[in-house]
Amino acid sequence: MSSSRFAFAGAVALALACALTAVPAAAKDWSKIKIGTEGAYPPFNVVGADGQVQGFDIDIAKAICEKIKAECTFVAQDWDGIIPALLANKYDAIFASMSITDERKKTIAFSKRYYQTPALFVTDKRNASMGTSTDAMKGKTIGAQSSTVSGTFLQDVYEPAGATVKLYATQDEANLDLASGRLDAVLGDKTVMLPWLEKSDAGKCCQVIGQDIRDEKYFGEGIGAGLRKEDIELKELIDKGIAEILADGTYEKINAKYFPFSLY
Amino acid sequence: MEAALGHAILTVWGALGFDAELMARYGPRVVDGLWTTLGLVAVSCSVGFLLALPLGVALVEGGRVTRALCLSFSTFFRGTPLLAQVFLVYYGAGQFRDALDAVGLWGVFRDAWWCVAITFTLNTAAYQAEIIRGGVRSVARGQGEAAAALGLRRGQTYLTVILPQALAQGLRPLGNELVLMIKASSIASVVTVYDVLGATKYAFSRSYDFEVYLWAALIYLVLVETVRRVWNLLERRATRHLRPREA
Repeated sequence: MSSSRFAFAGAVALALACALTAVPAAAKDWSKIKIGTEGAYPPFNVVGADGQVQGFDIDIAKAICEKIKAECTFVAQDWDGIIPALLANKYDAIFASMSITDERKKTIAFSKRYYQTPALFVTDKRNASMGTSTDAMKGKTIGAQSSTVSGTFLQDVYEPAGATVKLYATQDEANLDLASGRLDAVLGDKTVMLPWLEKSDAGKCCQVIGQDIRDEKYFGEGIGAGLRKEDIELKELIDKGIAEILADGTYEKINAKYFPFSLY
Repeated sequence: MEAALGHAILTVWGALGFDAELMARYGPRVVDGLWTTLGLVAVSCSVGFLLALPLGVALVEGGRVTRALCLSFSTFFRGTPLLAQVFLVYYGAGQFRDALDAVGLWGVFRDAWWCVAITFTLNTAAYQAEIIRGGVRSVARGQGEAAAALGLRRGQTYLTVILPQALAQGLRPLGNELVLMIKASSIASVVTVYDVLGATKYAFSRSYDFEVYLWAALIYLVLVETVRRVWNLLERRATRHLRPREA
């Protein structure tokens, strides 16, 4: 769902970056940092009832700010303009579940990753012994949401190997067809598939098979904070903050608040 | 031979200002989609026609109960969106998997193509039945009475006197229904069938190039225009007895 938006935002940002002249790099004071986020991607970032942004991205950003002794404020910005606004100095860092992609790296810099969402195969409990290799999936019918990294992965890797790939407008429709037995397996984001398996009635039919899939070519390097290329010091600070919250257990605590499995 | 033809098409396509590389990559899928679309429309419209004949006649001739049943069938299928019907059959059947399995029908309903073909058939049967009903009504009552006076049985009267005239009357609206079905068949793409539109959506999701939708539009346009021209010929032939005799 999000990969097409990523591509579009990347293209817009690239055009804007070409139009802008280089900003002179002066030594900046990073005791106050403004952070941009989308506020429409639960549970990662969402505007709460009190009008404040909250979610996994926000908690991570706050924890990092504390470690690097910076005072952080948050700005909600629509997805399409989120990179242009960073380049226009409306804020200094993006914490919005943004995938680190080569296309975006042409325009902005990224911190080290602070989480990643592997994909995984889910199948009917009756087929629990099914393998997930391309050979094992030969002749099987597998589904994913269209225009997602999972969909692209299935088309490029599993379809040439002899699987039938079906693409759905929403993840829910693919899951319905898995539950009814039309699909032998579904590939989807772990952060979406696990809640479906555990919390919905329809999900009772099914279970995870195989390992998390993290093929970097398709699924990227993970999710990082978006930064302006010239702010090298800020990148170093945030990388340091990420390393510290990972080391002292803060990350784990935030992680556990949202997901029962490790996101890192 | 085929390769040479393919090259020729791509060259012309490029010269027209279209993206030849895009065509080379996704064109074959869209052509596959064209066959799927043609198959769906051919099956549903012809089987639908065979269902519509008795239905249309029953709407005129049937007793109170028969008519009421046929009328509710046609009212349901003409009164609800085709998209909703497709979802109902496709995802509805999914909910009754075990029951369908028990009667050996799950094999049919598991397949998206069959779900769509069944829905399209029932839908177009309802519309075609109304067209046939109108055609039968348009034949003067006296003709049926005259046939009876000549000793023709009811079935014979229908086959030789009433239906030929009713179908000539209904030819144009039946052609319209075929055109509508060709366009409506794009609904198949929402339940994972790669028809023309399904293949186009696939190409778009990979290329982000809107040009692919232009291809789809052109394909539907050519299909519809072909039907229109064929129907003109059919109608000339079916109504030749009505034209003034040429000197």
